[in-house]
Amino acid sequence: MGFGPLLLLAILEGAVTAAVLALTAVGLSLTFGIMRVVNVAHGEFFMLGAVLAWFVSQWFPDAPLLAFLLAMVVCPLVVAGVAVLADVLILKRLHYEPEATIVATIGLLYIFQQAALSFFGPNARPVAPPFNFRVQLPWFGYSGYKLFVILAAGVLLLLVWLLITRTKIGLVMRATQIDRTTAKAFGINVDRVYAMTFGIGAGLAAIAAVLVVPIQQAHYLMGGDPLLLSFIVVILGGLGSLRGTLIAALLIGLLDGLLSTAFFFPPTFAKIVATLLVALVLVFRPEGLFGRRTA
Amino acid sequence: MPPFRPPISGGRHEACRAGREAGMLKVSAIHAGYGPVQVLSGLSLEVSEGEVLCLMGRNGAGKTTLLRAIMGLIPVTDGEVMLDGEAISRLPAHEVPKRGVGLVPQGRRLFGDLTVAENLEVGLMTRGRGARVREHVLTLFPRLRERLGQVSRTLSGGEQQMLAIARALCLEPKVLLLDEPTEGLQPSMIALIRDTVRDLKATGVATILIEQRVDVALSVADRIGFVSAGKVAEVAEATALTVAAPQFQTYVGV
Repeated sequence: MGFGPLLLLAILEGAVTAAVLALTAVGLSLTFGIMRVVNVAHGEFFMLGAVLAWFVSQWFPDAPLLAFLLAMVVCPLVVAGVAVLADVLILKRLHYEPEATIVATIGLLYIFQQAALSFFGPNARPVAPPFNFRVQLPWFGYSGYKLFVILAAGVLLLLVWLLITRTKIGLVMRATQIDRTTAKAFGINVDRVYAMTFGIGAGLAAIAAVLVVPIQQAHYLMGGDPLLLSFIVVILGGLGSLRGTLIAALLIGLLDGLLSTAFFFPPTFAKIVATLLVALVLVFRPEGLFGRRTA
Repeated sequence: MPPFRPPISGGRHEACRAGREAGMLKVSAIHAGYGPVQVLSGLSLEVSEGEVLCLMGRNGAGKTTLLRAIMGLIPVTDGEVMLDGEAISRLPAHEVPKRGVGLVPQGRRLFGDLTVAENLEVGLMTRGRGARVREHVLTLFPRLRERLGQVSRTLSGGEQQMLAIARALCLEPKVLLLDEPTEGLQPSMIALIRDTVRDLKATGVATILIEQRVDVALSVADRIGFVSAGKVAEVAEATALTVAAPQFQTYVGV
């Protein structure tokens, strides 16, 4: 295969990674931007989404499309519900204090991981893709499902964008993000906004997992990579900046695709480069590429 | 759902008058502060419908803390805040504005990344008000109508203060709390704010105004309360005071 086709393949693979990463990282960015909570358990919401998708797939072994559609609805709702419970029972009682919530979400990480190990087991389990077809490109055929993942993530991100910028819920979330004390003085129930934000953030991670699990398999330790990459994306893009998060996800996804597919570096190398990028950004532009410098 | 009210025929005064409800705030011997630091020590005051009570005092006397305590933004550890006979000092903070208490905070504290229209929308949502109230407010501050799509942090200082007041008026408040609204503004803007407070008074809004400028206080207030060490040390009728009154020297240092 010449370099041209290899480059196209790398871009497509990078776009799939970017799409899933963007969904996951936007969830983390919302949680940090609005609640100022560094959610170390975010990757576990991703893992729960994947594991639940496997359970749903077992209900309908002969109807993968039906199982997939059901999982797209059920998994984010269940994971969002779990997140809301965690918010109400734990984070709210800690008054959302930054240090305390980091420790609490580390605890949540282990609880979710061990619960998954107990109920799901230690083995990676495949989930059948909802459909199988190949799109014939000039040089090679490419998975139709992977193209669908890019499209679906794009649509979901557009919906999140519309929710945040065009609805009253989004207005309330943005007002709370800017100044939670003044938000209270204008009748905004900040506790409710926080619970909703934590739920939406977790739900986005879960839906990203449902999309990716037919490609990756479900495993109880699969939350680590999405967590690390989401943090990289959120820091690169600028903490709390939705636009920055999307652009950084695209950057990291394409970087991953190019390094591992076009230049044959091992997958870990892309993470090393991404982490170095974060280090450079923290040194030279601590507010991130698209964050606003605070006085 | 607010009751239907006839459309306004125009003018600042009429815009203010439309849609008013009676209101009265009574603060009885409240104690409040920040953690272990007690700032208010048994502070009491009352403001009636259509009355402007101006509070003056040195920095740290407890004026802003009082407004934060009334709004429920800091806990009242003892005493009571009553609005129209209802105790509001134990309500969650987000319930207080829904009862009809509007706040114009010190330093404006606009939602800086939101547009003018979105800032007003936050105010309108508080008590479920709609286009009628929005029109009232934009009639009071026509310059904001020209800036509806502008991000609020890019407004001039005077425009930001107009927006802070307009946002609070979007609640159709029974009681309006203004924390140093003329701070750092040019004379024409101070005159506009003074006129607005007078218009609101005429429509029955009970107003607590924290003010450092003696001339402004004397021109709009019915009574002036002097706050010192977390209490209202003295209350005087504004008509009984002059710029040279000794209370200003004693409690404000001017």
